Amino acid sequence: MKVTSYRAGEAGDFAFTEDNAKRAAAAVTHYPEGRQASAVMALLDLAQRQNDGWLSPEAIEYVANTLEMAPIRVYEVASFYSMYNTKPVGRHLVQVCRTTPCWLRGAAGLTDTCRDQLGIGLGETTGDGQFTLVEVECLGACANAPVVQIGDDYYEDLSPERLSALLGDLKAGKEIAAGSQTGRQSSMPDGGAVTLTELPERAPAEPGRAVPGPEFGDPVSPGPVSPSGEGA
Amino acid sequence: MLRDQDRVFTNLYGQDDWRLRAALGRGVWDGTKGMIALGRDGIVQVIKDSELRGRGGAGFPAGLKWSFMPKESDGRPRYLIVNADESEPGTCKDREILRNDPHRLLEGCLVAGFAMGASACYIYVRGEFYREAERLSQAIEEAYEAGLIGKDACKSGYDYDIHVHRGAGAYICGEETALLESLEGKKGQPRLKPPFPAAMGLYGCPSTINNVETIAVAPEILRRGAAWWAGLGRPKNTGTKIFSLSGHVERPCTVEAVMGIPLKELIETHAGGVRGGWDNLLAVIPGGSSVPLLPKSICDSVLMDFDSLREVKSGLGTAAVIVMDKSTDVVAAIANLSHFYMHESCGQCTPCREGTGWMWRVMTRMVEGRAGVAEIDSLLDVTYQVEGHTICALGDAAAWPIQGLIRHFRPELERRIIDYKTSGAPAGASQAGASQAAAE
Repeated sequence: MKVTSYRAGEAGDFAFTEDNAKRAAAAVTHYPEGRQASAVMALLDLAQRQNDGWLSPEAIEYVANTLEMAPIRVYEVASFYSMYNTKPVGRHLVQVCRTTPCWLRGAAGLTDTCRDQLGIGLGETTGDGQFTLVEVECLGACANAPVVQIGDDYYEDLSPERLSALLGDLKAGKEIAAGSQTGRQSSMPDGGAVTLTELPERAPAEPGRAVPGPEFGDPVSPGPVSPSGEGA
Repeated sequence: MLRDQDRVFTNLYGQDDWRLRAALGRGVWDGTKGMIALGRDGIVQVIKDSELRGRGGAGFPAGLKWSFMPKESDGRPRYLIVNADESEPGTCKDREILRNDPHRLLEGCLVAGFAMGASACYIYVRGEFYREAERLSQAIEEAYEAGLIGKDACKSGYDYDIHVHRGAGAYICGEETALLESLEGKKGQPRLKPPFPAAMGLYGCPSTINNVETIAVAPEILRRGAAWWAGLGRPKNTGTKIFSLSGHVERPCTVEAVMGIPLKELIETHAGGVRGGWDNLLAVIPGGSSVPLLPKSICDSVLMDFDSLREVKSGLGTAAVIVMDKSTDVVAAIANLSHFYMHESCGQCTPCREGTGWMWRVMTRMVEGRAGVAEIDSLLDVTYQVEGHTICALGDAAAWPIQGLIRHFRPELERRIIDYKTSGAPAGASQAGASQAAAE
């Protein structure tokens, strides 16, 4: 029995594609029965990807209908979290990390580079709809500072010149390689690791505890699997 | 230096493959069934004996936390929730575990979940870590296919599910009760405690929230024994820890080192030293943005562990070391953090919602020196009005960096104010230029 009543969402023309409807259904299965509201973040993400990177009111209300939630509860979520865009954005969402660890290594210069090269200010979109520029708070890749996130990928160890080259390639419609732009392997110190120079010997199993691991058949081949319930 | 064979995260940089087969070669999922055979109390006892403290910032003893879960089931399911919402400025350690050693985390999820009688585990990954969540999900698929989790996990007779939940960009969701709200599909606004999550957590069921690193080291402690872990580091501050070294160092990196390593040794051995040499050091934020900074005089000798840093009125936090050399405009660096807290305040409690914005506005004037000397004390006073008067610790976290700045750099703040009064121009720009020249 519903304790409260609310108006149904007005989804207009918005509806999930067949693939996204499947992903949405899969996302709901991660939560116990009756707790489908937990999937609201995953569904909003799907809807945003389907809707050119932003959540229109129709998309939000569609998600509310799908999860049998009051539309206001979904609006609350969509407006609370910074990764949901409630206004249209360009094809490439350029997010420059501005927080202290990146700032110490020149993040302000990266914002200036973007402004100059794209000809837009913070929060603005280029006339051709290709780029939106925003500054964001800590992206959590501080040992690879300064960092810019474009779309789903991180571009690390940047300098104004390296960022400028990336933006140039994007403008020209070229693919760009994510990760460190100086060729570092993840957050290993530049010039090679000081630690883990030799992969350590495995500690010998102690008697009485040496229960063998599970038996394995053939190696598991992980095919291209997208995150549970997430759009690829 | 910590011996390589005592390191837990042997694939920290992704030199080796992250997939199951390679992970098995590194000793992950070895004897997991035997750990489960220790039983709930057995596992909790080993973790207690190892004196493992939580790696998420507060340093609460992990074994004790696990023991808070009710002993007898009342029919409600229980949940283990892994906090992978790594957002504390300076911190980038969980990311390396998620993308380079996901199976170590999954193994931990199983044994920790078993130790608290959980039926399922949710790993809450920050939304920006899209690629990391993708890889973690693939690792989970592998683990299901190999029978390591799921029905009869590791042939132990125990059923256990692991799910990934992606966040969507909110620092506050790293706070455990805000994370629970977010998992339930709501705004991430912290809950009042009590009731504590161990009594009423996710969906009103007993839940325990642990950091990624805490969970990921647990199986290795069980494999090698509590004495091994307790023998590393210092009393009550045992084991190894992943440090994130960022800012003005020659070679920023993440590195696993022993707890209680001297800060100077950590920076010089692993990060190639401070840019321009140790004498060019101005200050260090030793544990992520929320802890007060330390001037060079303290950095010379301080040890990197929970209790040593508390003694110098700072904290280990997430062990994210942010180094600032003498070219740094330290007031602007802290003002930048004030902006962070203003942006990330969830808006629930008035002292934090209003205070973080007020503190940032005053800090921007302090950067220029456009203030009165008496305002330093009123700023300090406001930080104490915010601290401890909010539901969660974000208010405290916003207050501490400013308190640290005033504690150690009050003369610098006063100098800027006096400069501005006499020259009528913002002090920040000229000062930064001057100290830049001095550094060169």
